[in-house]
Amino acid sequence: MSPLLVAEKVSKFYGARTGCRDVSFALWPGEVLAIVGESGSGKTTLLRCLSGHVPASSGKVRYATRDGRSVALDEMSEAERRLLMRTDWGFVHQDARDGLRMGVSAGANVGERMMAVGERHYGRIRATATDWLKRVEISENRIDDSPWSYSGGMRQRLQIARNLVTSPRLVFMDEPTGGLDVSVQARLLDLIRGLVKRLDLAAIVVTHDLAVARLLSSRMMVMQQGQVIEQGLTDQILEDPQAPYTQLLVSSVLQV
Amino acid sequence: MSAVLKIENLSKSFLLHQQAGALISVFDNLNAEVKAGEAVAVTGPSGRGKSSLLKLIYGTYRANSGSIRVQSGVAWTDVVTAAPRDVIDLRRNVIGYVTQFLRVIPRVPAEMVVAEPMMDRGIAPDQALTRARMLLERLNISKRLWHLSPMTFSGGEQQRVNIARGFAAHFPILLLDEPTASLDTENRNRVLELVAEAQGQGSAIVAVFHDEQERLRACSRSIKLG
Amino acid sequence: MNAPAYNFAYLNEQTKRMIRRAILKAIAVPGYQVPFASREMPMPYGWGTGGVQVTASVLTPEDTLKVIDQGADDTTNAVSIRKFFVKSAGAATTERTEEASVIQTRHRIPETPLTEDQILVFQVPIPEPLRFLEPRETETRTMHALEEYGVMHVKLYEDIAHYGEIATTYAYPATVADRYVFDPSPIPKFDNPKLDDCPALQLFGAGREKRIYAVPPYTKVKSLDFEDHPFAVQSWEQPCALCGSRDSFLDEIVMDDAGTRMYVCSDTDFCSRMRGEK
Repeated sequence: MSPLLVAEKVSKFYGARTGCRDVSFALWPGEVLAIVGESGSGKTTLLRCLSGHVPASSGKVRYATRDGRSVALDEMSEAERRLLMRTDWGFVHQDARDGLRMGVSAGANVGERMMAVGERHYGRIRATATDWLKRVEISENRIDDSPWSYSGGMRQRLQIARNLVTSPRLVFMDEPTGGLDVSVQARLLDLIRGLVKRLDLAAIVVTHDLAVARLLSSRMMVMQQGQVIEQGLTDQILEDPQAPYTQLLVSSVLQV
Repeated sequence: MSAVLKIENLSKSFLLHQQAGALISVFDNLNAEVKAGEAVAVTGPSGRGKSSLLKLIYGTYRANSGSIRVQSGVAWTDVVTAAPRDVIDLRRNVIGYVTQFLRVIPRVPAEMVVAEPMMDRGIAPDQALTRARMLLERLNISKRLWHLSPMTFSGGEQQRVNIARGFAAHFPILLLDEPTASLDTENRNRVLELVAEAQGQGSAIVAVFHDEQERLRACSRSIKLG
Repeated sequence: MNAPAYNFAYLNEQTKRMIRRAILKAIAVPGYQVPFASREMPMPYGWGTGGVQVTASVLTPEDTLKVIDQGADDTTNAVSIRKFFVKSAGAATTERTEEASVIQTRHRIPETPLTEDQILVFQVPIPEPLRFLEPRETETRTMHALEEYGVMHVKLYEDIAHYGEIATTYAYPATVADRYVFDPSPIPKFDNPKLDDCPALQLFGAGREKRIYAVPPYTKVKSLDFEDHPFAVQSWEQPCALCGSRDSFLDEIVMDDAGTRMYVCSDTDFCSRMRGEK
């Protein structure tokens, strides 16, 4: 089996400023990789390079498509890249408003990707949307409501449903539980964890919260000032950190 | 029966940058072998050595040097140098680990905690749940607790859920870290029965027992540290 | 004092060339919005400057012009625009659809079927059908280029979810030549079928937005819909109160304070012809 996504010395510079530098890793189907770091570590910049939102300054990001080809993001046509971002990939933004169409109903939000790939039967679209809302624990009688009327946690769950409806193989998440109440976070994390397992998704999750990383990911990458300090198994990094910065990070987390 | 676990010249130390670079050596040049169906105890002075060995075998700790080779199918994999995804694969199919304390996740019901490792291996959910419930029952976890998250369970109850999880699926290598701690006599016996059964099914057991009697009862020999 | 001298149909020849180039591009790529350098016209934006510029560019001294607004030849705007072309081009004008060679219209397509010798010019307020869901011009241009039209069906889905049916009754989006989705201007959806396979050349001009697009003769135009909610036109229970037609688009006219209504053909020329033939 070949890896789903391969990053080869991915770097992003903003003039003299380093966004991220020389990041390399391979991700296989079903793996969840957490990218952790503090503010300014470059983790979000890296995520945006990996997900095709922003072109890398150097290095390559290669993706294995459903028909078995390995394509580099910078060599894809815009049409191909945008199609990939709508079908094979999902992107869960920290602020759900960035990942939803706030002006249309929840049902339309979930159904949009289906319509974008040619689904033309209203009944089927609605039935699939209803099913997905149920899966993310949103009551089906909210299907025609606008996301403006949803709570933060609900919006986040809606965003997840919207992304997963086309059965993507790779989901990028940028601080998916950021800003949510603790109990809401717990529910969302449980949902994500369950969906990732059940759908055999690969995911790259950016977070500053080590507990979230521990819960969701099997592999972890620690970043500081744009560079990868350490990477390996999540429990390995959290329980046997090698680098000084990693040790500092792990020992800084408060115990409840 | 042949060896399924071979430890050669294993060395482990911790370099604590937070403590001005203090170096703590755990052990040096450790050699050991465990055969299928064998139960071996890890003994030594109190401290991090015994649990550390289990964590090294599981891949949670990084070795400084040496090798830990485990047999998976016909091939041998060295946990020390294996790629992360290969270690994940070993953990799913080859090496089971009953930690000292249950890592509790809110909202996940006890029966799911136990069933998950089986489902990760592809066993059908209803089958996995049936076996999970059977084990919980055997370890005296009342039925009314099965659909609750162990967050609110007592230490002993949590540990029993942890044990059920560890013994639910068959592992060729099973690591046990103080499996009987915080359990009463009856449940301790149940655990030892489970250990014996796993052994009977061919598992190689590497265990840390605090109580000497249990250690002698469960294990045929020991790896001495320190 | 001498009256200022204007070129034929107001615009200078260079401007007409520029607009004709845009029109040719539009015809070459049916449904694609061609940007053009919209001129200052002697009427403000929102009063048909796009349509007027297109008409001015295609008009010849041999043409006969008809101008309608909501189907009627005698409303203020239609009268003003017709007068404009009489004054600036000395154009021959008519109210009879079959006698016109160029027809400028706001918000209706004439009921009388058009022929290959005719040009129909539409006045367009907002040319971009995706604008309501995507405010960024950069993004809508990319969506058209990459044929990303899923969003259009989102709007239709919303209608069905809220109203039980597709609620759009005018400016109903359609696909031209199986490629571009376009806004046919605020004509009632009743008129959409007339766009399809029409023998006449159909040109669309948006003055404020500076876009021209076209549907060449005999081009396929298919209105968007769902498999289980197919496109359907409006219908009325009663016929036209004046001519008895059951096939035309009817305006609803409130007669008195008691709420008495009358339904009358919106196309005045069509209605008077029906009555004349009776």
